[in-house]
This record gives sequence, structure tokens and C-alpha cells, in this order.
Amino acid sequence: MFCFQKLLIMTFVSFLLTTSVSIADERYNPIDDVVVSKECGTCHMAFQPQMLPERSWEEIMLRLSDHFGEDASLDSVTANRIKLYLTSNAADSSWWGGKFMRGLKDHMSPLRITETPHWIREHNEEVPSWAWNDPSVKSKASCIACHPRANRGDYDDD
Amino acid sequence: MKTLNKTNVITAVVLLIGGLSPNLASANSARDTIISGFSSVAELPVSAERGKALFESSPAAGKPDTPSCTTCHGASPMTSGMTRAGKPIEPMAVSVTAERFTDLKKVQKWFRRNCKSVLGRECTAQEKGDFLTFMSSR
Ligand code: HEC
Ligand code: HEC
Ligand code: HEC
Repeated sequence: MFCFQKLLIMTFVSFLLTTSVSIADERYNPIDDVVVSKECGTCHMAFQPQMLPERSWEEIMLRLSDHFGEDASLDSVTANRIKLYLTSNAADSSWWGGKFMRGLKDHMSPLRITETPHWIREHNEEVPSWAWNDPSVKSKASCIACHPRANRGDYDDD
Repeated sequence: MKTLNKTNVITAVVLLIGGLSPNLASANSARDTIISGFSSVAELPVSAERGKALFESSPAAGKPDTPSCTTCHGASPMTSGMTRAGKPIEPMAVSVTAERFTDLKKVQKWFRRNCKSVLGRECTAQEKGDFLTFMSSR
């Protein structure tokens, strides 16, 4: 009995803790699945799943053999594992709704984070146009060029 | 002819291992096993010359943004390349990146993807053996 109560309290406290941390802290959880970090992090940084809705990740995982002009195909076991991780941590996977759902209409399933309304708004307002022409910024998707701690989910101003 | 070739290769590898650290030696033997796997089903003996030609060619028969292996791996196997998304790729030459081509699953995965992107088809065992022989000679 005592044990059960203790467990209940602990569960509740840890729920409160994780929830409030995710809301208060603007960080995106770093990817904690080694297969995802490895398989999706070789050609570019592995993007955090919280930045696209579930339907977008499903679409991306369906089209890996024609992935932004490249073949990024995987065997189906690995692909399914990755899809599960991405969709269950997607922008619309939590009850409070991720920032990346803002402005996203139901019919929109962008394949790029850089095409989501939230990303566009953050970068149109704050990034001077010359910054995109810097040779170290090879593409909009090279987040690390401007956010050195992007791998850890930290996109805050330094 | 083929058996002779393989015996030569094996002798060379055994001789080489003698002078190397255990790590390098096991990397080299893992790579050698992979290369002999391809060469055993290839039509011709593997050739570094043909591997070089494949690496440098621009067949442009695959996807438009990736006309050649050098698009991402850079013009020289001795120096780093870069993905289209801007992430550096370690040099392909075995003399520079010792752990290259030592994991068969990794090797097969990238041959499948990259040959489809560049050539529009999978590479043959011959092409794979040639390519790895070239990179091992650098
Ligand atoms: C073979 C290389 C390769 C692999 C492996 C790869 N990608 Fe990509 N990815 C690319 C390229 C190239 C782009 C386009 C980059 C650009 O436009 O600068 C891209 C772009 C993306 C984008 C859009 C970025 C943006 O503009 O917002 C997402 C999302 C993405 N990849 C997800 C994934 C996921 C998930 C995986 C793992 C299953 C993966 N990628 C594995 C090459 C790869
Ligand atoms: C050319 C530089 C540049 C590139 C490339 C870039 N960003 Fe940004 N980003 C900025 C700047 C500047 C800001 C606004 C200042 C800040 O909050 O850091 C910003 C803001 C953000 C924010 C809002 C910050 C917050 O606290 O919520 C997020 C999230 C973000 N970027 C994600 C990304 C992702 C993901 C990528 C890659 C797909 C990316 N950025 C690529 C420059 C860049
Ligand atoms: C679109 C970019 C791109 C192109 C084009 C490309 N590669 Fe690659 N290649 C990569 C990336 C990224 C890796 C994985 C990163 C690494 O191993 O450092 C890789 C890895 C490999 C590997 C595995 C290396 C290992 O250590 O096991 C082989 C083999 C390979 N490439 C062969 C080729 C061949 C052959 C071609 C031309 C037909 C080619 N690549 C064209 C991006 C590319």
C-alpha cells in the first residue's frame, strides 16, 4: 500500500517535472535513439522530430529512395524503427502542441522544416538576408552553421 | 589465374599485417575480406585503374544533382568531401581514413544509394571491387 502511494506520487511529480521543463525550456529534446542519430545524421544533422508533424515524417519515410534529390533508402526494419521514433515524437504528438504546429493548416504536410510557417516566421524576422549568402551556410538546412548547439536541440540566441 | 591472384593478395596482406598495429591489421583484414567477396563474383580481376575511372567519371545517368561520385566525395580521395547539405565527409583513401570499407553492411548500403543516385542503377560486384581496390591503393 505504502509502496503504491509512493509510486503514484513519484509518477505524478516526475510527470509535472518533465512537462514543465518542456514548456519552460525552449530546447528541443536531443535525439536519444542511436539508430536515428546515425542513419539520419550522416548527410546532415539529425533533425529533431518535434519540428514536423507526424504526417510529414510519414511522408518523408515513404519516399527515402527519392529524398531531396538523393537515394537515402534503408532496409525496412530500420526504416520502420526510425519512423516510429519520429512520429511518436512529432510536433503534434504532445497534448500542448509543439511550436512547429503554429500556422500549419490541416492539409499542409511540409517535407521541409524550413518550409513550416513557424520556421519561416522565426527566420524572416530575425535573419538578415546577407547571412544566407555566407559561404559557411551551405543551405538553409545547415542549422549548425548558425546554431552551433543544434545537435543538442538548443536553438537559443547566444 | 584467379587463384594465383588471390594467393598473391592474401600473401601481401599477411606480410603487411606483420608490420602494423593490431587495430590497423584487423581493419585491413576486414576490408580485404569485403574486397575478395566482390572479386570472387566479378568477371575480371579487380582493377584500381577502373576504380579510379569510375570515381572520376560523370555518367550523369542518375539524379540531376549528383552527376558524379566526386560531387560529394570531392575531386581527390585524399581530401575531405562535403554532402549537399553541407556536412563534411572524411577522405575516402584508406591511407588517410584507416577505418574505411571495414563494415560490409555500411559498404553495401552506401553503394546501393550512391550508385543509384549517380548511375541510376546499382553497381556491379566488378565496379564495387574496382572502386574499393582503388581507394585501398590510395
Ligand atoms: C544520403 C544522404 C541523406 C540521408 C542518409 C538523409 N538525408 Fe535528409 N536530406 C538530404 C539532403 C541532400 C537534403 C536536402 C538538404 C538541402 O536542401 O540543403 C535533406 C533534407 C532533409 C530534410 C529537410 C530539411 C529542411 O530543409 O528543412 C529533412 C526533414 C530530412 N532530410 C530528414 C531526414 C531523415 C528523417 C533521415 C533519416 C531517415 C534523413 N533525412 C537521411 C540527404 C540525406
Ligand atoms: C543563416 C543562419 C541560420 C540558419 C542556417 C538557421 N537558423 Fe535558426 N535562427 C537563426 C537566427 C538568427 C534566429 C533568431 C535568433 C535566435 O533565437 O537564435 C533563429 C531562430 C531559430 C529558432 C527559434 C529559436 C527559439 O528559441 O525557438 C529555431 C527553433 C530555429 N532557428 C531552428 C533552426 C533549424 C531547425 C534550422 C535548420 C533547419 C535553422 N534554424 C537554420 C539563424 C539561422
Ligand atoms: C550525394 C552525395 C554522395 C555521392 C554523389 C556519392 N557518395 Fe559515397 N558516400 C556519401 C556519404 C554521405 C557517405 C557516408 C559518410 C561516410 O562514410 O563518411 C558515403 C559513403 C560511401 C561508401 C562507404 C564508405 C565506408 O567507409 O564504408 C562508399 C563505398 C561510397 N560512398 C561509394 C560511392 C561511389 C562509388 C559513388 C559514385 C558512384 C559515391 N559514393 C557517390 C555521399 C555520396
